Amino acid sequence: MAGESEATTAMEHATDAAHGAADAAHAAEGAGMPQLDFSTFPNQIFWLIVTILAIYYVLSKVALPRIASVLAERRGTITNDIAAAEELKLKAVEAEKAYQKALAEARTEAQKIAADARAAIKEELDVATDKADAEIAAKTAESQARIAEIRDSAMSAVEAVAKETAGEIVSALGRPVDAAAVAASVDARLKGGA
Amino acid sequence: MADEAHGGGIQIHPMDQFVVKPLFGGDTVHWYTPTNVTLWMALTVLVVVLLLVVGSRGRAIIPSRGQSIAELAYGFVYKMVEDVAGKDALKFFPYIMTLFMFIVTANMLGLLPMSFTTTSHVAVTAVLALAVFITVTVVGFVKNGTKFLELFWVKSAPLPLRPVLAIIELISYFVRPVSHSIRLAGNLMAGHAVIKVFAGFAAILAVAPFSILAITAMYGLELLVAFVQAYVFTILTCVYLKDALHPSH
Repeated sequence: MAGESEATTAMEHATDAAHGAADAAHAAEGAGMPQLDFSTFPNQIFWLIVTILAIYYVLSKVALPRIASVLAERRGTITNDIAAAEELKLKAVEAEKAYQKALAEARTEAQKIAADARAAIKEELDVATDKADAEIAAKTAESQARIAEIRDSAMSAVEAVAKETAGEIVSALGRPVDAAAVAASVDARLKGGA
Repeated sequence: MADEAHGGGIQIHPMDQFVVKPLFGGDTVHWYTPTNVTLWMALTVLVVVLLLVVGSRGRAIIPSRGQSIAELAYGFVYKMVEDVAGKDALKFFPYIMTLFMFIVTANMLGLLPMSFTTTSHVAVTAVLALAVFITVTVVGFVKNGTKFLELFWVKSAPLPLRPVLAIIELISYFVRPVSHSIRLAGNLMAGHAVIKVFAGFAAILAVAPFSILAITAMYGLELLVAFVQAYVFTILTCVYLKDALHPSH
């Protein structure tokens, strides 16, 4: 047992020494730059070339054509949509124009109707006014005739009263009443006074 | 672990997160060994597929949320290529989209705790940048022939200055892949290393609150950096492509 353990220890020591040497070598290497360890260059360059070729293959065969087609498709869609929007806009402008035209037409129509109505009303009004005027004129003439009649009758009544009164006054003064003379005198007075 | 127990002090290994390790044991990393690089690149592919393929499977006129993200990413890169490099560069769009999706996804995955950031390695970004550089140069010569060299011959400058400018332009042209790759890897590596350093300080009770606050702030910044660096890499690719297609100044 003891011998065995000694042997194991010796072996461990030996391994330690080997490790120590390896560590020392590593340390010496680590002290410099691993970038300048030329022994690893072929390895790096080989794997780099493999990597670059792999990426180039994947990009040029799959990724880039796919992305390019997606971008082109999107650009096409956007262009189409813009064109459609432009068209719709034109249509909207046209519709607005038609609407404005219809509106203007309706407005002139309305104005025409209003003017017509106004003219018709005016005509009716004129007729009614004329009729009323004529009626008023007729009534006025009638009234004037009656007034003249009344005045005439009043005048003759005044004459008769005046003659009678004059005769009465003359008789009251004690003078013979000459009816004809009194009448003539009153007439003369009335005419002169009038 | 043993070191920490013996030393008693804090051990900060900000660069350990970048070590390339085999996934299934063993120490040697052959070119074909499945490593953490493999794992995280596979995850990157998976996420890209989820985003762009599964996300857009509805093909809806009015997009779902997933499809919106896919379309947003598509539109973002497509517009960038069209605006920066021109319409005739659109046939390179899948290539540029691949670069962008890979970088932005790898950057974002790298921000997950315990993850491995593939784009923080110069080996990776240098290959990407070199691929762009070679593509652009080949396209430039194929499309324009020797006229492509006019890119270096600045016609708007006075004649004696032109050779000098040509040398400068030539140098700057060849420095492009270097700056292109190191910008990306450097930004990511630095940010991740800084987070790791703050995380190491969080073990000390006295500074732990400040450290955690700093990690939070850095994480927000790193999210921004992860996107901006992917954007910068992609837009620079577009700029270089534009130079190749229309070389005259």
